[in-house]
Amino acid sequence: MTINSVGMAGTLESSDVLIQVKANSGKGIEIDLESIVEKQYGKQIRKVVQEELEKLGVNNAVITIQDKGALDCTIRARLEAALFRAAGIETYAWEEL
Amino acid sequence: MSKEKGKDQVSGMHTNSLGRTIPKSLGSFTELKPFDGAVKNTPRIRKDKGNRSLPRLNKLVDTIEQAVLKSGLKDGMTISFHHHFRSGDLIVNMVMDVIARLGIKDLTLASSSLQAVHTPLIKHIKNGVITKIYTSGLRGELAEAISRGLMDNPVLIHSHGGRARAIEMGQIEIDVAFLGVPSSDVYGNANGYTGKSACGSLGYAQVDAQYAEKVILITDNLVEYPNTPFSIHQDQVDHIILVDSVGDPKKISTGATRITKNPRDLLIAQNAFDVIRCSGFLEEGFSFQTGSGGASLAVSRYMREYMIEKKLTASFALGGITSQMVQLHEEGLIKRLLDVQSFDEDAIRSIGQNRYHSEIDASYYANPLNKGCAVNKINIVILSALEVDVNFNVNVITGSDGVIRGASGGHSDTSIGSGLSLIIAPLIRGRTATVVDAVQTVVTPGESVDVVVTDRGIAVNPRRKDVYENLKKCGLPLYTIEELRDKAQRIAGAPEPVQFEEKIVGLVEYRDGTIIDVIRQVK
Amino acid sequence: MGNLRRTMLYVPGSNAGMVKDANIYRSDSIMFDLEDSVSMKEKDTARFLIFNALRTLDYEGTETVVRINGLDTPFGKDDIRAMVRARPDIIRLPKTESPKDVEDVEALVLAEERKNGYEEGTIKLMAAIESPLGVINAYPIACASRRLIGIAIGAEDFVTAMKTKRSPEGTELLFARSRILIAARAAGINALDTVFSDVNDEEGLIRETEHIKQLGFDGKSIISPRQIAPIHRIFSPKEEEVVFAKRVAEAIKRAEAEGSGVISLDGKMVDKPIVERAYRVLDLASASGAYK
Repeated sequence: MTINSVGMAGTLESSDVLIQVKANSGKGIEIDLESIVEKQYGKQIRKVVQEELEKLGVNNAVITIQDKGALDCTIRARLEAALFRAAGIETYAWEEL
Repeated sequence: MSKEKGKDQVSGMHTNSLGRTIPKSLGSFTELKPFDGAVKNTPRIRKDKGNRSLPRLNKLVDTIEQAVLKSGLKDGMTISFHHHFRSGDLIVNMVMDVIARLGIKDLTLASSSLQAVHTPLIKHIKNGVITKIYTSGLRGELAEAISRGLMDNPVLIHSHGGRARAIEMGQIEIDVAFLGVPSSDVYGNANGYTGKSACGSLGYAQVDAQYAEKVILITDNLVEYPNTPFSIHQDQVDHIILVDSVGDPKKISTGATRITKNPRDLLIAQNAFDVIRCSGFLEEGFSFQTGSGGASLAVSRYMREYMIEKKLTASFALGGITSQMVQLHEEGLIKRLLDVQSFDEDAIRSIGQNRYHSEIDASYYANPLNKGCAVNKINIVILSALEVDVNFNVNVITGSDGVIRGASGGHSDTSIGSGLSLIIAPLIRGRTATVVDAVQTVVTPGESVDVVVTDRGIAVNPRRKDVYENLKKCGLPLYTIEELRDKAQRIAGAPEPVQFEEKIVGLVEYRDGTIIDVIRQVK
Repeated sequence: MGNLRRTMLYVPGSNAGMVKDANIYRSDSIMFDLEDSVSMKEKDTARFLIFNALRTLDYEGTETVVRINGLDTPFGKDDIRAMVRARPDIIRLPKTESPKDVEDVEALVLAEERKNGYEEGTIKLMAAIESPLGVINAYPIACASRRLIGIAIGAEDFVTAMKTKRSPEGTELLFARSRILIAARAAGINALDTVFSDVNDEEGLIRETEHIKQLGFDGKSIISPRQIAPIHRIFSPKEEEVVFAKRVAEAIKRAEAEGSGVISLDGKMVDKPIVERAYRVLDLASASGAYK
């Protein structure tokens, strides 16, 4: 999946996360994480993000995350939505997600 | 009786100022002081008797500065404040600024509690004006700074009962108490329920007024003498200052606390009420205490419906009083209110109006070493928690990140004093589990906690087999505390342990004066 | 809890906090909504959220329903593809007007089940009828698929189409409710009532629930957890009903033990409707905690 524009998904409400995905052509993955549970779940959040990026074959992107205590499944959902938006894809292969 | 019978009773004579002959001693009266004039030995009495043109006797001074100077406050002494003005308090910051300007240093601050509004204390700590703190709670930026190692001495966190005990036993010797009061007369009779800054009960301040070496009242409402009924007595007070405002009325008391519409709080309240209903403790003449949180208040709504239906009355409600309790009291469902702290405008109105809504001081409320405190008489208490662990230990002082953001309050006092203590909390807040393996900081020991009630299930302390059996009969959703912990972890994932520095920034004192835990500096 | 559907709690598909906690209030079913409560520009994010939630979170046995967008919108097909993969218990079709609406969804669901290697018939369907034409076609709709477990009335669009509005008495809905109910019963499936939209009017909710229970509905859709307790209370059987139902159940056991085909109680024969009603009473009683 190639990220060629900006995609955002999520909110800043409690238990949610706002994720912005931007192009980062050829410069790899950059993750900018800000979380109210950084101390307890920072590593886990990064791990989930990495997994998603690998699954969707994203190699270059700037991911900005503002987390308000979202569960892993919410982080995945918001990241997937932001990535597909940023890649301009509107039909999804659900069986691969 | 003198052992040396038969010996001369009298050993020499004085002549007093009226010319009467008075023995220097007589039997077991080893020293008799001769009369020396009507006002000679009573320095505080008016000496202008009969002179109507002189100003009336009063204890007013013009400024806080004058009062501080008159009080003899010196480096190294202990000063105290109360927290009845909650986040509307203006007194602490006002007085500390004056003390700092006078160059007094190395003070111990023994406030009954501190709030987010007390952020300016950070500069007084940095400048060495305050070097030690005793308090029930800490919040906001001050708490954050202390958690990051602001002070050399650790803060001592005590319960409301523990503070009263420490003051009565002389462990905390207050040199000067600065007590903001919503009304006072010129001679120091003060109460909390009249005036624009009314806060209701002055229960925490009463202990300070009774035991402090010097007592300075600060009021924005000077009233005609005698200001009866009074909570702080003229015989305890040294100086009085009139200022424009002692607090922000909007933040001192909220309007009548409404029952929450938050469905999660209502669910927790319903579960808590079900526990109470089935516990066997809800019987004619029972007594109870609730907190001021949304779910806690909502419990009283369910209780009210049930009490009306079953024609039950409670003998008394204790502690922080809210409009819910006042309503039940005025409807005749709770016979008496014992009020150490009034939470809203209804409670403030009621304590001034209702004969059986009584003000109690912190020692009467919860001092574990006096001859009998009210928490010992309470049947049911509903308490909150930041964290509970699998041993039922409760943390109400530090967040899951280890930063101080709470208050010990009456938590450990009521938990052990009551017949049935309920801890109510959502199982997960955002992503943060409430039921955990080990709490960050123990404030209340698990042996005093009976039932943990969450939105996702209820756990009974295995010590309380009686309660467990009663709840089981009602078919409530019972789990072991470990099951609740696992449930939370399945949803939120396992958290990483929070990292701390070696330095201890806080000591948590149990109500009896022993240290139950320490708080370390966060990384 | 048997197949009780007294309360079906709407959860907006875009709200992460509500999705996380959807089952704590113990409604009989949770209905995640991808349709009207989700704005046009958040259709994709809501779909991703519900997709991941259903695949990850444990709703502890509470029935899960997803209301999808209609096939006449750009979102319907993708909703079905995503949701079949995520496997809720039930997919709810909005604005059903004809049996063909159900058949179209059925065909797509079947294709997706095969693609994902799920057993055919894994996903059940529910159809909401929200228009005069739908009401006319209630019976054919109710019979349109073996996957269909119930039909529901959606009142807001319906009353607007009928050039009227909702009233406390519900006169304007009486015919539609009755027709949908009879169609459901004739087809042997559930009949579910519409939402009561003023969450602060508990009295009104109670009045309406008593009305639809008396008509014979199985339950209602609800928009707030606060509506659960009053509805469950109304659907709880009375004590004497439970006592009688227990005695019927015992009589059945006795008859079985004796190998007798005839069930009798107090000297009277207990026939099939009484047996069915007794079992339903016991189901309801057990759900309300009055019987274990």
